[in-house]
Amino acid sequence: MMLIDTLAQGMLLGGLYALFAAGLSLVFGIMRLVNLAHGDLIILAAYLILTVATVTGLHPFVAVLIAAPLMFGFGWLLQTHLLNRVLGNDILPPLLVTFGLSVVIQNGLLSTFTADSQKLTAGSIEAASVDLGVVTLGVMPVLTFGSAVLVIFLLNQLFYRTALGRAFRATSDDAVTAQLMGIRPQRVFAMATGIAMVVATIAALYLGTRANFDPSIGPARLLYAFEAVIIGGLGSLWGTLAGGIVIGLAQAIGASINPEWQILSGHIAFVLVLLIRPRGLFPRAND
Amino acid sequence: MSRSLSPLIALFALAVLYALPAIAPRAMVQDLFGILTLLVLAMNWNLLAGFAGLVSVGQQAFVGIGAYAMFAAIILMGLDPLVGVVIGGIAAAVFAVPMAFFAFRLNGAYFAIGTWVVADIARLAISQWKALGGGTGTSLPKGTAKEMAFVDGIKEMLDVSTAAAADALTYWLMLSLAVAMLVASYIFLRSRMGLGLQAIRDNENAARSVGVDPLKLKAAVFLLTAFATGLCGALAFIQITRVTPDAAFSVIDWTAFVIFITVIGGIGTLPGPIVGVVVFYALQRALADYGTIYLIVLGCLGIAVMLFARRGLWGLFTDRTGIDPLPLRHRPPRVAKPSHSA
Repeated sequence: MMLIDTLAQGMLLGGLYALFAAGLSLVFGIMRLVNLAHGDLIILAAYLILTVATVTGLHPFVAVLIAAPLMFGFGWLLQTHLLNRVLGNDILPPLLVTFGLSVVIQNGLLSTFTADSQKLTAGSIEAASVDLGVVTLGVMPVLTFGSAVLVIFLLNQLFYRTALGRAFRATSDDAVTAQLMGIRPQRVFAMATGIAMVVATIAALYLGTRANFDPSIGPARLLYAFEAVIIGGLGSLWGTLAGGIVIGLAQAIGASINPEWQILSGHIAFVLVLLIRPRGLFPRAND
Repeated sequence: MSRSLSPLIALFALAVLYALPAIAPRAMVQDLFGILTLLVLAMNWNLLAGFAGLVSVGQQAFVGIGAYAMFAAIILMGLDPLVGVVIGGIAAAVFAVPMAFFAFRLNGAYFAIGTWVVADIARLAISQWKALGGGTGTSLPKGTAKEMAFVDGIKEMLDVSTAAAADALTYWLMLSLAVAMLVASYIFLRSRMGLGLQAIRDNENAARSVGVDPLKLKAAVFLLTAFATGLCGALAFIQITRVTPDAAFSVIDWTAFVIFITVIGGIGTLPGPIVGVVVFYALQRALADYGTIYLIVLGCLGIAVMLFARRGLWGLFTDRTGIDPLPLRHRPPRVAKPSHSA
């Protein structure tokens, strides 16, 4: 009974990690950019939702509808004004620029909102649960997992069923030839980062309603997201979901043995998967 | 003229730095010790990222393991702290072997986060080491610094308190480590291996085609810099005297600062970290009262350098003036026939 419960919790936790990871996976897939500030951008989005909710008095689930377009715009500007300038064959500039961005966002949040931990209050839904006979699950974790599946389904539809998705794939395969066909890679990249920021905002909503957050926790979210992407295999969004579930399960099992082992178990699962399958569970891209 | 003058200036500066504990107040020696620590870390990271193309965000793993191995040598084995420092370096190098085996599987940019994960694993694993205080850490036993080798001699020589003598000793060791790093980096980069390394950085396929083995060279740099970073971490924590997993494996203190120092000074140039550490120290002094603003400024500076001057302040300087006291370029052999003048 305990075991089934642990596994169910771990799997649902994996949904949250998949939400962290989906934006990272998308941006890497399209422009080969590893964004070291991704975790801090999620925390930034959480503070944005918090601010909107506090100022307008709206429920966080409604406030996110205002925060998401704002984050889309922020991502767009970030890409057009900063990241597009450093993309190229040399991996060093984009890495160092996003690392700098990570430190700037972290300390910017720290000086604006202080180090006090915050929480998005969602009301009675936070404590609600559903009884499935075998296990009882919280409504919030189930909602998180459902959102993760939905987000990844929609991203896949976008990728394979729309003109924008075709432009994404074309630019990813060969940016120069795509340009010959009338696609502007810089705009495609800006669009991708904007969408990644919308996904990050959805991730922030669940992060903030489920647990406390403060400006310093971004890098740890980056590590979980990164592990999910690598375990799933680069370029596969459903793989990213599977990767998130692996990390979530490992953390839940570790925590059930000794609470101090939660994070460590996730990391070790990541190392083990990489040792056995160096290209992840469902690899698509070659890099 | 500058060519004959600059070695003299450098020698004079070095002599002053070595004489400092005898002539300057103790607070200044401690300050400089902190700067030299960052300089040694920056020179190591510069070799990794600037020359070997290995952008590691996990250098805090080696600092932390060096520090903890040193504490273990003193507390659990009763060894002299100076022996502990050497053990710290060796422990870091030993840890680098499995770490390299794992992280080298990750291509390019993913190597950065991979090393970060490994450093986090090391931090969490050490937090479980109950003999050294677990998550809350532990302190050096009282009087450890006093019983360190050479401290009595220095005390008599400089006529200072035991604590000041211990500070002087660690300062001299860190200064010597910095000088040794600079000389060793120069010799290494001018050597056949160093040339191969820079060839890989410029064009890996072309380098392979003339018989350079990228994996072997990169692994060698990774292990050697791990050793030096471990030594540096162990030495730094003799002065700090207290170790906790969060402090010893701090990504901000031991990696972020170091990255900004190298980037601002000039990544991929030998004097870059020296220039960077001077700028860093000046900024720290100027913005000490503003807390987090200081880190924001540092981050923005790093981003600006990557956007507008990728080889940092030192790169700007050599481009403008043509002065480069530590050139890494190999001049092509002279051709006997006089060339056409334009």
